[in-house]
Amino acid sequence: MTGTFVGMPAFPTAAREALGDTQLRTNLAHATRTIRDKRAMVVAEVEDWEELRVAGAAVKEAALRDLATHLETLEESLVRAGATVHWAGDAAEACAIVASITHAHGVDEVVKVKSMATAEIGLNEALEAEGIAAWETDLAELIVQLGDDLPSHILVPAIHRNRAEIREIFLRRMGDVGRPAPADLTDEPAVLAGAAREHLREKFLRAKVAISGANFAVADTGTLVVVESEGNGRMCLTLPEVLISVVGIEKVVATWSDLDPMMRLLPRSSTGERMNPYTSTWSGVTPGDGPQEVHVVLLDNGRTRALADDVGRQALRCIRCSACLNVCPVYERVGGHAYGSVYPGPIGAILNPLLRGVSDEQSASLPYASSLCGACFEVCPVRIDIPSVLVDQRAAVVDSHRDDRVPKAEALAMRATAWAFSDSRRLAWAERASGLAGRVLTRFSRTTLPGGRAAAGRLPGPAAGWTGARDLPAPPEESFRAWWDRTDGGTKGDGS
Amino acid sequence: MSARDEILGRVRAALADVSPAVSVPTPPRAPDRGDLVALFVERVEDYRAVVTRCSAEEVLAVVTGVLDGLPGGARAVVPPDLGLDLPGAVVDAQFTAAELDGFDAVVTRAAVGIAETGTIVLDHQPDQGRRAISLVPDLHVCLVDASQVVADVPDAIELLDPARPLTWISGPSATSDIELDRVEGVHGPRTLHVVLIS
Ligand code: SF4
Repeated sequence: MTGTFVGMPAFPTAAREALGDTQLRTNLAHATRTIRDKRAMVVAEVEDWEELRVAGAAVKEAALRDLATHLETLEESLVRAGATVHWAGDAAEACAIVASITHAHGVDEVVKVKSMATAEIGLNEALEAEGIAAWETDLAELIVQLGDDLPSHILVPAIHRNRAEIREIFLRRMGDVGRPAPADLTDEPAVLAGAAREHLREKFLRAKVAISGANFAVADTGTLVVVESEGNGRMCLTLPEVLISVVGIEKVVATWSDLDPMMRLLPRSSTGERMNPYTSTWSGVTPGDGPQEVHVVLLDNGRTRALADDVGRQALRCIRCSACLNVCPVYERVGGHAYGSVYPGPIGAILNPLLRGVSDEQSASLPYASSLCGACFEVCPVRIDIPSVLVDQRAAVVDSHRDDRVPKAEALAMRATAWAFSDSRRLAWAERASGLAGRVLTRFSRTTLPGGRAAAGRLPGPAAGWTGARDLPAPPEESFRAWWDRTDGGTKGDGS
Repeated sequence: MSARDEILGRVRAALADVSPAVSVPTPPRAPDRGDLVALFVERVEDYRAVVTRCSAEEVLAVVTGVLDGLPGGARAVVPPDLGLDLPGAVVDAQFTAAELDGFDAVVTRAAVGIAETGTIVLDHQPDQGRRAISLVPDLHVCLVDASQVVADVPDAIELLDPARPLTWISGPSATSDIELDRVEGVHGPRTLHVVLIS
């Protein structure tokens, strides 16, 4: 695997591969269960968690519904505090801005705080093409970067790697890019973390330029907020002379006091802690303390596209806590890579199509990567109704094929269903046909579902799209309506 | 058209039919937890930080004891207005990051303590010093006055000045990136010692 998501297969293909990887499934099941339990414990401690969620959702919703005003206020506050504000319509523009600021300082390396926005725009690859090395400093991101790998979880990007694999990556690769790992490196997590500390410290101490994202951007004060655990964030935000922060336009909240529900909701929902070890806030430049040149790049890259979607807009409330990943039965089994994006799991299944549209096969497959069980909505600290958005995005996928000369099997099936259900004689006929198919399938099927019911594995023709990712139970031999007629609602005969 | 005008134009177009009115309810407050200082101490200790409680008169002896406890004695850096005459400590003279790396410890005051979450907030006034000094050395000794402890996050946000750079600290640096196993100490100070003065 190489370090880019471009050209990833659509979800069903990628998921089928991931499901075959037992090590991956074991790592994921262990990790998601651990975080789930921790979260549940600290959330139960807050008596009014539900009210807090309502407040958090309202803070983000209020900011989004008047976004233009808040963005202008944010820009003014930032400039007043000594920051330089840039605007980037898409990934290419954002990368070009960061590269040109870096070039202007004559350096060929930058240190980076883990940031979803910079991963989304492929900043590291873009900088590399410009001759600038971007060092990831978050431990998990470092593991992913050194392993020439892809992140698979928003919060724990190397969730798919176990300690033995990490030790091997450190031993093999650290020496190529800086201070090598000690030869007697063991696979103890504390020892591995110690090796990362030594390896990165020389980079922190000499770095001139740092790049970050932001968890929140406060409009009325021009304050950016970075929430982290390891202290690599503080290193990047404090030691270099120049700081460039790439901030999605949906990160804005209106006022300083709006941080209250957010800072209570985020740590408990993400790492399952009352508070994360470190949070840094800064408003522009503080003379004599920290970077004396501060840039903020406000990024669109599809966010205004999502904002225009009446149902999907709420996805922009997301604070990237990753609680929805940890409770998702689909994510727990297939992992993050199958989603083909830096945003995996339930939020990824709606956010990617909303940001990019559904014209490519990969994005169009994502709204189907869910069983609609609703667990994601229940844990979401900003109450994003992910199942509703998923259903709406499925409709968008079907709509996008409405004008195709060869309609999608699903559209054909829906049309046929509408035709059959609109006339009771047709329905009776269809049910008889289905019963016949059921008898044939039961006789010849090779798959058996739990409970002993026969199932069709993979059907040929237009149905392959459906059965390629599901086992289709063989239809019952007698329809409910036929059974009702024969037994008079279960009162005649044996009623079965 | 500039990228700025294009983005703002797209935002306005996207929201053309949307009413901006959303009523934001006041977030709920945690119920009265009784002794806030005791709760603060308990929750700071939950992060595996060390807490020592003492009176104002005892502070100097306690801090000296902590620093002397390090193998070979600690070279400590302190902010200009620490207000504690620590023998051997060096006052920050805008040291470079590499110079700060030569110190074993830093001693600072704090701006606020949050009981509910066991958090200390620094606003980097002269009694706490620049952000860099409380970051690079491996041991952070932080003096918190009992009167600085508030109940919860909203109280802290009300007291803090967003124009200042702020560092919220909840326990020592930590990571759970390797098999979700929590390990204290990656890049920030690996030991946090809170001295609570009352
Ligand atoms: S959608 Fe909700 S639960 Fe999922 S990452 Fe975003 S904020 Fe967290």
